[in-house]
Amino acid sequence: MAEIRNYTLNFGPQHPAAHGVLRLILEINGEVIERADPHIGLLHRGTEKLAESKPYNQSIGYMDRLDYVSMMCNEHAYVMAIETMLELEVPERAKYIRVMFDEITRILNHLMWLGTHALDVGAMSVFLYAFREREKLIDCYEAVSGSRMHATYYRPGGVYRDLPDKMPQYLKNDFRSDKELEAMNENRQGSLLDFIADFAKEFPQSIKQYDDLLTDNRIWKQRLVNIGVVSANRAKQMGFTGPMLRGSGVTWDLRKNQPYAVYDKLDFDIPVGVTGDSYDRYLVRMEEMRQSNSIITQCVEYLQNNPGPVMSDDHKVSPPKRNNMKDDMESLIHHFKLFTEGYSLPEGEVYSAVEHPKGEFGVYLISDGANKPYRVKIRAPGFAHLASMDEMVKGHMLSDVVTIIGTQDIVFGEIDR
Amino acid sequence: MEELKEQLVEEFGEKALVEAFGELTLIVESYGIVKTCLKLRDFFGFDTLIDLCGVDYLTYGQSDWDASASSSGFSRARSAQGDEDRHEQRFAVVYHLLSVSKNQRIRVKSYVDEDEPIIKSVTGVWSSADWYEREAFDLMGILFENHNDLRRILTDYGFVGHPLRKDFPMIGEVEMRYDETLGRVVYEKVSIKPNINVPRVIRK
Repeated sequence: MAEIRNYTLNFGPQHPAAHGVLRLILEINGEVIERADPHIGLLHRGTEKLAESKPYNQSIGYMDRLDYVSMMCNEHAYVMAIETMLELEVPERAKYIRVMFDEITRILNHLMWLGTHALDVGAMSVFLYAFREREKLIDCYEAVSGSRMHATYYRPGGVYRDLPDKMPQYLKNDFRSDKELEAMNENRQGSLLDFIADFAKEFPQSIKQYDDLLTDNRIWKQRLVNIGVVSANRAKQMGFTGPMLRGSGVTWDLRKNQPYAVYDKLDFDIPVGVTGDSYDRYLVRMEEMRQSNSIITQCVEYLQNNPGPVMSDDHKVSPPKRNNMKDDMESLIHHFKLFTEGYSLPEGEVYSAVEHPKGEFGVYLISDGANKPYRVKIRAPGFAHLASMDEMVKGHMLSDVVTIIGTQDIVFGEIDR
Repeated sequence: MEELKEQLVEEFGEKALVEAFGELTLIVESYGIVKTCLKLRDFFGFDTLIDLCGVDYLTYGQSDWDASASSSGFSRARSAQGDEDRHEQRFAVVYHLLSVSKNQRIRVKSYVDEDEPIIKSVTGVWSSADWYEREAFDLMGILFENHNDLRRILTDYGFVGHPLRKDFPMIGEVEMRYDETLGRVVYEKVSIKPNINVPRVIRK
């Protein structure tokens, strides 16, 4: 009788379920995975090396491009590292704006994850619904920063500018009637905050829709329950953070345990899973969206009632007012120095971490006192998660690999850096 | 954190501990790294290795411009710096540990030899070290003894050099194009020139 041997299957890098450019070498026995060897680095752009060659402020844009579905959270970690080293005070309003946008970003990320995860597993419609809501939040990004994705909105010392008083509206064109246009612009009559408040009011219904489509869905449960089970101890061993760790039943969230910005003043809960399988992680992320929505509502309420500065007035790091520059020598010098040379950080090193939608996103910054970082190391949550791929898929079927890639919420921008 | 500090001082001595920006850094000798890490994991409760990275101190404290005011005004020439102001040791491996149970963080730093940058692998202590060590090897050229799969991870198949080292040029060494006659991709020396838009200035 012929000997039956394992065979090797190449999965990706060009595969829609590989969530970007993941190349997996799978050793398969029949349909059971014996070993998985992820090959990464196909999207390596040398962000850390690039950041070393530029003044601090010029690298904020690179942070957006790391995890390109949760842009502002990346920026937050980076600017926080700089602020810690400069011992810079951030105005309260700026902190609330940051928290609000961090949570908007979390919803953006989780909607993207939910849509693609469901699509991979075989539910087409959730993807379409998720993108309907994403569109509105991306409009908020655009309203505040002028860019739909790579915002570059956070700055050391605050945020680039205050929230706009007017939410941009859809314009008339040949393809929409006046009536349609009116309906589209109905919730865009007021300020950005009114628009976000309106979104936060509607969003629980949207989550309920996804919930109805998936949570009790027989196929969804068959594909997720008991797939990729990770125990709490193994999760910590493998460096899991965020929903991946909480899915395994560990109550750990930097927003609660090591609060930054204004998270200690807000009221929200941390959902945790029980069994540590893909279904638990799904439930955790769904609940996180509800909690984020509640945080957004709290932030909107504060921001509507508390106007104030959104940027530190230390002009060594923040640009002076354009009007002052016209007749104030010092402002002009500050502006010139800031945009040519930048600012120098004191010598030392700092690690600053935020609770990114995917886990702990950290920036380790070493400065030798120059106007550019000496070393930037980006700690991406997805890197540790993907490293566990071999352990998670071992013994599962080929089709479960797709579920596990989905549940890990892989984005290659941050893993490859 | 005070309690942790006391315990660490007791265990490793006062000299090994540095506190800055509200963070603790423990500087240890590279030969005992596994023992230290086991101690930190089992007695201090650091159950997660959050991050591991290499640092190259080759050009630490050097600037493109010497911006200090002298009697003849500001010198604006690119200054070549001598060996005397070099950082004592070239390579360091930095571990960021997190204790989920005690909600504490610590940074462990270990310097390794320049000519033979070898350090013992901590994959036996934390599983997450596996890929982080591969990354440090790939980008910084630090070797990890007893790591059972020390392959490159982020750079291309067949890549030469360690890109995050300070003597690796920003523009890279080779560029790639498709050659019609050979019918395959070929590597050639880079044709672009390095360009510094903003010089590096140190202001104290």
